[in-house]
Amino acid sequence: MAWFKKARKPLPSPQKVSRVPEGLWEKCPGCEAILYTKDLVANHQVCDKCGHHFRLGAVERLSLLFDGGTWHELAPALRSNDPLRFTDTKPYAERLRKTIASTGRNDAVIVGSGRIGGRDAVVASMDYSFIGGSMGVVVGEKITRGIEHAIAHRAGVVIVSCSGGARMMEGALSLMQMAKISAALARLDRERLPYISLLTDPTTGGVTASYAMLGDLNIAEPGALIGFAGPRVIEQTIRQKLPEGFQRAEFLLERGMLDLVVDRREQQAVIARALRFLHT
Amino acid sequence: MAELLEFEAPIDILLKEIEALSMLPSTDDRNREISRLEARIDAIRGDLYRSLTAWQRVQVARHPARPTTLDYVERLFTDFVELHGDRRFADDNAIVAGMADYKGTGVLVVGHQKGSDTKQKIFRNFGYARPEGYRKALRLMQLAEKFRRPVICFVDTPAAYPGIESEERGVAEAIALNLREMAVLDVPIIIVVHGEGGSGGALGIAVGDRVLMHEFAMYSVIPPEGCAAILWRDAKKKVEAAEALKITAPDLLGLGIIDEIVAEPVGGAHTDPAQAAALLDVALDRALRQVQEMDSDARLEARYGKFRAIGLIGIEGADE
Ligand SMILES: [Zn+2]
Repeated sequence: MAWFKKARKPLPSPQKVSRVPEGLWEKCPGCEAILYTKDLVANHQVCDKCGHHFRLGAVERLSLLFDGGTWHELAPALRSNDPLRFTDTKPYAERLRKTIASTGRNDAVIVGSGRIGGRDAVVASMDYSFIGGSMGVVVGEKITRGIEHAIAHRAGVVIVSCSGGARMMEGALSLMQMAKISAALARLDRERLPYISLLTDPTTGGVTASYAMLGDLNIAEPGALIGFAGPRVIEQTIRQKLPEGFQRAEFLLERGMLDLVVDRREQQAVIARALRFLHT
Repeated sequence: MAELLEFEAPIDILLKEIEALSMLPSTDDRNREISRLEARIDAIRGDLYRSLTAWQRVQVARHPARPTTLDYVERLFTDFVELHGDRRFADDNAIVAGMADYKGTGVLVVGHQKGSDTKQKIFRNFGYARPEGYRKALRLMQLAEKFRRPVICFVDTPAAYPGIESEERGVAEAIALNLREMAVLDVPIIIVVHGEGGSGGALGIAVGDRVLMHEFAMYSVIPPEGCAAILWRDAKKKVEAAEALKITAPDLLGLGIIDEIVAEPVGGAHTDPAQAAALLDVALDRALRQVQEMDSDARLEARYGKFRAIGLIGIEGADE
């Protein structure tokens, strides 16, 4: 559960056109180089010195994947109504209100339909800046609608995961979204329509244990943390430190859990190539 | 007498009085007094269990003497033959599966298995399943599908095992594949959440046509202690977290996550496992009959629709 740690970069802009964030420069955690923010934006948040992948917002992600950077958003207005009336140290309803105001988004996923390499595709992209990209009822409903839209229009599906897992403040309703989305993916599978899962940093918990691992192709970004249990939970269970690189994309590739690890700057081309193979 | 939980302290005092009286020579007066105390215990237990808090239910669901999956198998099924292994890596002892007869019908039984004594608990890894357990479950469910046998899943796990080998061998992928394939498995599937429904580790064998849940079982996205540690930054707030998470059978029935509550003996299933099994028998038989009457297309459509609808209760905002 890493999502309540401070985000590494400023909140993404709610508009479709990327705004240059406040700071003029950022330090790369990979190589410690000082990077100009506008260069980083132009480079899709990848360090041009060492290739470190900074987190990318959902809008920027969709712009990068869809042909011409354009798409039609599905079900943008859906919002959580706080079904459990959940309160921890503060009311969830208040947390939702503030997050909606600060991000300009209604929840942690944007679903768009458009084209990739000339083929119809639906892309769902999770946004970590919205309560850690956590999956609650709105994420479940929007992704399910996206998959059903793809089935109705014979389109392929891409889901970009970036999430700490299920949203605790929606309790077992969040847990059940794993089953709901997976059921929709079963129908997509039986329709022989392609599903590409793109796993980005971080992809953990119930998101990994459902749609993120169900791709016809599972593709990850370099260095992404991918796992079911969070590293701290595992360390507490086994009472020892985890080895370097454990649960990183390259580790999963070696263990046979991923088809590919692909640099963000090549992802659009690779996904278009894959859809050409899969979308018959 | 099963071990008492902390909130059952009022019962404990009376039990000690009875014990003291029983040591003395028996007289009519003393016997009357013992009967009076026993009636008092039943009344107090009835009161306590009629109004259990969420956290108290968690304690009952985790009670060391709570009937396990194999306890129910022994009481409700005949000719059970356990089958082993995922044909990939290993056999996982935290998930059991096998052929059984239920009222004359061949069924596949799958379930998490917690141990009942220390040795068994260790052998069963306390009900924490590894990837092999989920893969064994799917392998055998697909066998049941091939030979047209209904599937009955018993859910009772704290969580999927959070360890290095679980991650290395892809526990997330194993659970995910079960969710997808159980959604379209073409035989009746009945789920019985009889103990701890611990997040993804529970759900990995809990997609089906009917979800039954025991009166004092729990089903949660995260253990209350874990939720408290993250959201309250204080694991001691587990009581508040248990309440907030809405993990009890009545809460989940209201949210449309389960279909039916299976009554337990007053004082919980562990106080009378035979009666607990008899109560489950009635609910299980009815659920299985209802689902078996449906034709395959209608049943799969209803299963999809059931999970498709979960969560709509929590959504607002204009449709396009
Ligand atoms: Zn760098």
